[in-house]
Amino acid sequence: MSVPVRRRSAAIVGGVAAALLLAACGGSGSGDNTTSAAPSSTNTDPACADYASYGSYPGTKVTIFTSILPPEQQKFESSWAQFEKCTGIDVVYEGSDQFEAQLPTRIQGGNAPDIAFIPQPGLLQKLVQQGGPKAAPQTVAANVDQFWNPAWKAYGTVNDTFYAAPLGSNMKSFVWYSPKVFAEKGYEVPTTWDAMFQLSDKMAADGIKPWCGGIESGGATGWPATDWIEQLVLRQQGGDVYDQWISHEVLFASPQIQEAFTTLEGWMRNPKYANAGFGDTKTIATTAFQDAGKPILSAKCGMLQQASFYAAQWPSFKKDVTIAEDGDIFAFYLPQIKADIPTPIVGGGEFVTAFADRPEVQAFQAYLSSDTFATLKVAAGGWVSANSGVPLETYTDPISQLSAKYLTDANATFRFDASDLMPAQVGAGSFWKEMTAFFAENKSVQATTEAIDASWPS
Amino acid sequence: MDYASKLSLMVSVVAVFFGVLLLIFFLAAKAKGKAQTPLARLIFLGPAALLVTIGLVIPAIQTTYFSFYNSDGNKFVGAKNYSWIFTTPDNWVFLRNTALWIVITPILSTILGLTLALLMDRMKRESLPKSLIFMPMAISFVGASIIWGLVYEYRDPAETQVGLLSAVVSAFGIEPPNWLLWQPWNNFLLMVIMIWIQTGFAMVVLSAAIKAIPTDVTEAAMLDGATGWNLFRKVTVPMIRGTLVVVLTTIAIGVLKVFDIVRTMTNGNFGTQVLANEMYAQAFVQFDKGRGSALAVVLFVAVIPLIVYNVVQLRKEQSIR
Repeated sequence: MSVPVRRRSAAIVGGVAAALLLAACGGSGSGDNTTSAAPSSTNTDPACADYASYGSYPGTKVTIFTSILPPEQQKFESSWAQFEKCTGIDVVYEGSDQFEAQLPTRIQGGNAPDIAFIPQPGLLQKLVQQGGPKAAPQTVAANVDQFWNPAWKAYGTVNDTFYAAPLGSNMKSFVWYSPKVFAEKGYEVPTTWDAMFQLSDKMAADGIKPWCGGIESGGATGWPATDWIEQLVLRQQGGDVYDQWISHEVLFASPQIQEAFTTLEGWMRNPKYANAGFGDTKTIATTAFQDAGKPILSAKCGMLQQASFYAAQWPSFKKDVTIAEDGDIFAFYLPQIKADIPTPIVGGGEFVTAFADRPEVQAFQAYLSSDTFATLKVAAGGWVSANSGVPLETYTDPISQLSAKYLTDANATFRFDASDLMPAQVGAGSFWKEMTAFFAENKSVQATTEAIDASWPS
Repeated sequence: MDYASKLSLMVSVVAVFFGVLLLIFFLAAKAKGKAQTPLARLIFLGPAALLVTIGLVIPAIQTTYFSFYNSDGNKFVGAKNYSWIFTTPDNWVFLRNTALWIVITPILSTILGLTLALLMDRMKRESLPKSLIFMPMAISFVGASIIWGLVYEYRDPAETQVGLLSAVVSAFGIEPPNWLLWQPWNNFLLMVIMIWIQTGFAMVVLSAAIKAIPTDVTEAAMLDGATGWNLFRKVTVPMIRGTLVVVLTTIAIGVLKVFDIVRTMTNGNFGTQVLANEMYAQAFVQFDKGRGSALAVVLFVAVIPLIVYNVVQLRKEQSIR
């Protein structure tokens, strides 16, 4: 009963009005049920010139299923409103907070959406094994080759078939700090790993604990610490070992991965460095990740390693906080460690996966992978794309801009969040649990890594 | 669909439902003679039996079935999931904790509830303190956990302690530990939450039972020279024995299911895991259907004797009255 019925009357309604109409339609599935005039003259509008290459599919419908909910939904819909108008395709958006549980059920029930935004390459692999996803058309592959760092294409590829183009992205290799405090104390933003620890020692000598951290996150407690290990593995060992680590060809208890744990021990588990503002290093296990950065604003803590999306937390500590290079708070890139592993970046993102290969679905896939769409969506704010076709000045906030600068770097060593790619028993189980014990119980590197290996499903 | 059409849809669905019910009852009333009794049974028991089958029996069978299968539920693995539960040393932590919870929480709640019931039995305005103590019953486990999370909140000794317990302890000049990391005592700190909630329940039920003891019994005992402790131990307790058992087992059943408190406070970290939370984590976080189901079956089997005992006692009590 809740299937939204929307007919396009694009020739009559202007672009702005269409966007408004779409915004009004969001979520509730209400809309105009009135039958409109046949959408014949859709392509006469001069604004449609850019969209001519996608073709014209009047009266067709493409359904999207995603975990992305309003208000983001409206931003998506407005960024493809013009595409809908020019191609005659009606894009029906459905968001659900139970996305990951519902998607496999819908596929099994023969009720798959045309397109799903899949937030994890691991889920894509699983779905391909079960059958359902359709290979991406050539136009999409060409766009991804042109606009994305090659690593992204690999995450949308299963068994040598390319299925899914990336959509949004987030950047995890950031260190948050206070430019104000840095200026007051005469600290400089470190650009090398060694400089970062010289700065840490300097802060410690000045009586400021340099690092704060929190990994408590309810049912997902431990995940920020898995990110720390991922940053270190990628920086110390490079992309190949990182990939072999994910597939368990390189064990947690191997010397390469243990090196990352040992480094973390000397960094976040170092009583000289952490946990600023909260207590001893054990408090990292009991501090909510959302709260971890708070002491930075009061100059009790120097730095926090967290992802780009942590930007959303600062206003909850201080209402009129300014996030900028000369403001209350900003982030710098977590420096690389080895010269032969250039700009390592750990990040995440969603992938556009199609479950139908009708021409209108493929046209929409092509549009979603284009720089036109990405630029429109970025201009709507609060969203980062790793699509290098988006001019950096399109970004309205400095953190998104900085994220995009690194994510679009074609020479960067980009890798997806490893815990998201490992089997759930590890990536959402023992890895979280053991990292929590690593801090809460000062569990040794040997015992921690062996326990994670032991839980790997056979 | 707008709200008006949704509302009218709802109204019409409810109307159709009642129409069908009326029709069935009407037809049933028409039935005469031999068909009458079986038909009445079918009409009254049928819907309940159907719902119990859909909501309880089928899922129970399905869960048992999946407990012998692998994580995706597509390969038979025998009793592997069960042997995983009982032979993995890491799992002994949650088995031990569950055992501790089930022994300590019901007993302490009942003792506290009974003491309070006795103390308030002769009070003039007992309803006020009773309501206050009963009030935590109205709070959800998650809500209570958040409240107690603030009590156990820990800060660096150099800072002001914002957690109530930490503040009280530091007022006595003792440096507070980070409570939730304080193994194995953190388990007891979590149990306190459950006890806080259940004491009110125990108190109200036991208080009613104490008031139901006929005065002639207590008077006779007092004439025979029974006072204080003796009166309590030899007269009051035996007279309310049935109620005591029901209270104990009811709380014990609740304890077996407890997962909200552990999940909210520690997510089973720091050596506080319990069976129910492990089941949830296996089934819905790590998507291991087999292990999750096996844990559910263990929980189910463990709770059966308690429920049987509880029901038998309840029946006995009702037959006495």
